[in-house]
Amino acid sequence: MLIGLHHYLIVAAILFTIGVFGIFVNRKNVIIILMCVELILLAVNINFVAFSTHMEPVAGADPIAGQIFALFILTVAAAEAAVGLAILVVYFRNRGNIAVEDIDLMKG
Amino acid sequence: MLIAITFYLLAFTAIAAAFMVVAARNPVHSVMFLILTFFAAAGLFILMGAEFIALLLVMVYVGAVAVLFLFVVMMLDVDFVELKQGFLSYLPAGLIVAFIILAEMIMVGAAYFSGASKTVVPTDPETSNLERFGEVLYTDYAGAFEAAGLVLLVAMIGAIVLTLRERKGVRTQNAMDQIARTREEGVELVDVEPGQGLG
Repeated sequence: MLIGLHHYLIVAAILFTIGVFGIFVNRKNVIIILMCVELILLAVNINFVAFSTHMEPVAGADPIAGQIFALFILTVAAAEAAVGLAILVVYFRNRGNIAVEDIDLMKG
Repeated sequence: MLIAITFYLLAFTAIAAAFMVVAARNPVHSVMFLILTFFAAAGLFILMGAEFIALLLVMVYVGAVAVLFLFVVMMLDVDFVELKQGFLSYLPAGLIVAFIILAEMIMVGAAYFSGASKTVVPTDPETSNLERFGEVLYTDYAGAFEAAGLVLLVAMIGAIVLTLRERKGVRTQNAMDQIARTREEGVELVDVEPGQGLG
């Protein structure tokens, strides 16, 4: 049985769906929500790498560019996790709680 | 055949672990399952022939991001059981949204694969993955690469500035005062008479 592009795309789609599902279900816990964002970004990365490795070479376009974009997504995801967790720590210091429902200081 | 078995093993591990990230009661377990998900995804990347991204994923996520998560989860003194409440009441909405998104993606994919009949074959490069990666990254995407470095720098400074706190009433060194001290302020030469001391 040959494993093709669509196999990887299906795995990525399921991971993405689990990530979105997790955000909806764990509405109270910011840490789990951040982890679900990481899952979604991983699904996107799988898509990028799958298209990159299964692309037919075209003149003037190197398929490896997909993997380079995966690298940039990885960079932004790491930065996002660092800043997000820093904000979380500061918020916990000020309020003593991280329940999402209580984050309504700005009355948004 | 071996590739198919490996693929299904890794794919099911990744999906099951990702589900456990969402469903685990204890956030520490969630982080552990997140690590397992990333390991399985790294295996999938290696299966696709993208070794560099696979190893990068393990290093960045397992080595840095997951440890960061674990650190914060263990440091915050929060009653996580209380945060887990409401899981069942949000379940129907979550399932509906998840089902809609998955159905949309499957429909788009089915339309794509039924319309286009071209066969997609894995490229078989004569040079290594890392070599090709570097060749393109440092030429075509040099500007974006620098920008990525800048993003990391800003994130690092931002995280430090956010979490740094100055407490009142704590004795600390004033580094600027110490550096600004001159020899004249710090040292005094005294000619001591024998048997008298400094008085």
